[in-house]
Amino acid sequence: MIEINNLTKNFDQFTAIDDLTFTVKEGEVLGFLGPNGAGKSTTMKLITGFLSASHGSVSIDGFDISKNPIEAKSLMGYLPEGAPSYGDMTTLEFLNFVAQIRGYTGEEILLRVQRVLDEVELNSVSQQTIDTLSKGFKRRVGLAQAIMHDPKVLILDEPTDGLDPNQKHHVRELIKNLARDKIVIISTHILEEVTAVCSRAIIIAQGRIVADGTPAELESRSKYHHAVSVRLSENYDLAADLTGIAEVGDVEKDSEDDMVFRILASGSKSIFSQVSEIAQTRHWPVTEFHASRGQLEDVFRTVTQQTQGTQ
Amino acid sequence: MGNLSIIFKRELLSYFATPLAYIFIVIFLVVNGFLTFDFGGFYVRGQADLSPFFAFHPFLYLFMVPAIAMTMWADERKTGTIELLLTLPVNLRDAILGKYLAAWALIGIALCLTFPIWITANYLGDPDNGVIFAAYVGSWFMAGAYLAIGACLSACTKNPVIAFILTVTICVIFVLLGYPFLLGMLTGWVPQIIIDAISSMGFLTHFDSISKGVFDVRDFLFFGVFIAAWLFASAVVIELKKAS
Repeated sequence: MIEINNLTKNFDQFTAIDDLTFTVKEGEVLGFLGPNGAGKSTTMKLITGFLSASHGSVSIDGFDISKNPIEAKSLMGYLPEGAPSYGDMTTLEFLNFVAQIRGYTGEEILLRVQRVLDEVELNSVSQQTIDTLSKGFKRRVGLAQAIMHDPKVLILDEPTDGLDPNQKHHVRELIKNLARDKIVIISTHILEEVTAVCSRAIIIAQGRIVADGTPAELESRSKYHHAVSVRLSENYDLAADLTGIAEVGDVEKDSEDDMVFRILASGSKSIFSQVSEIAQTRHWPVTEFHASRGQLEDVFRTVTQQTQGTQ
Repeated sequence: MGNLSIIFKRELLSYFATPLAYIFIVIFLVVNGFLTFDFGGFYVRGQADLSPFFAFHPFLYLFMVPAIAMTMWADERKTGTIELLLTLPVNLRDAILGKYLAAWALIGIALCLTFPIWITANYLGDPDNGVIFAAYVGSWFMAGAYLAIGACLSACTKNPVIAFILTVTICVIFVLLGYPFLLGMLTGWVPQIIIDAISSMGFLTHFDSISKGVFDVRDFLFFGVFIAAWLFASAVVIELKKAS
């Protein structure tokens, strides 16, 4: 379990992280979201003990990162932002080095290194100098070193940044497979990633938590939650048919497509069956008709811009 | 194997993974040979000792050692590997010593490879080999002092070139402090005790006596303490600057 209490980090006059408190339990995949400069990477650097906090504490399975750094770091695997590694070494040399630092000796080094080479599919480039590898491979080398010791806690700073869609998919599958009995914290600003892999999401803005919940919970905060999206084949005044129905709120026209409308729910109940009934009885010229889930992007924008507004 | 030796090994191998180590060693040997035989008048002097060889070392190290030291931490910070290294279960002390000792070992290897000069002296005459051995060790310790300055200043910046220039500058100061010319300028109007203090901080003061065969533990102790102090300063700098 990771316990983070009143974590604060000041750089000179600037407060990068402002009084963060949260805990993460085994089996959780926590997505750490926020606009650029919100403090995602700084938080990760504080958790992994690279930076020391101005106030507050981080403890990993009871080991305080500032009081027992070696024990706490042994429990963690960390992929720093940009996946840095020693470019003049070959993949194999680099992973051997990490395995040794992680305390493995003799045969065990070979086994561990071979296992991670297989797991992130690096066998084909094991003899290549890391400097000569493509971005995707470099990222995988970084992942390989992070999972070398099968850590209880895995902290990944933008693990899929700069990867192509196939590689992204692969990394996400990898994270899902790893996650079962572990704690995984990933920072990202790709929102689809959160819905794809995370069981929980925390959105931070200006160093503070502005939202915390499962991706579904966060989505339900969106004004598009339970909304019905309709595409028409010709102009038709939908709003006129819907006035007087309490559960139905506004009708919005899509900003990009004139013929697409979103009928918002005013309450927290689904309005899909009601609206579809009306559409049938009134013979709406409908070509597409579906219930939309809440949009995480919309929630993200709302909560992060609110904080900007208050500052 | 402790973390210190794992890091030491990685660093030393990485010098040899790039042309850096080879270029360093070759240039070190060529320049040393040139200075000793041409400038130093090794043959002309008609004495079987290595003083012309060692006399140039303080000046040779002035630009050779900062070249080795400049990337030591600056590169780690520039490429972000410092974040990787310091979030592995590694003590900062082991990381600093491992990296430092690897660079010092590289200089040691280069120094050892000057053995043909020693053999030449023995072939031509009958030098005092004990003095020569002490001078070799002294020279290596002095290089270590340059290197410790370089390690600390390399931690101050992400830019190796800035680290190089700063290191050369600071090293020049420590070389000049023991220079008789500078001390002569101070004589007469500055109290003797201050002149002695300044002179005792200079590299030349200590290295001269070692290379002349005056074996005084205090000279080695000076370099040892000097190295420790600058390495301690590196630790402080790394702690302060790693965030930026």
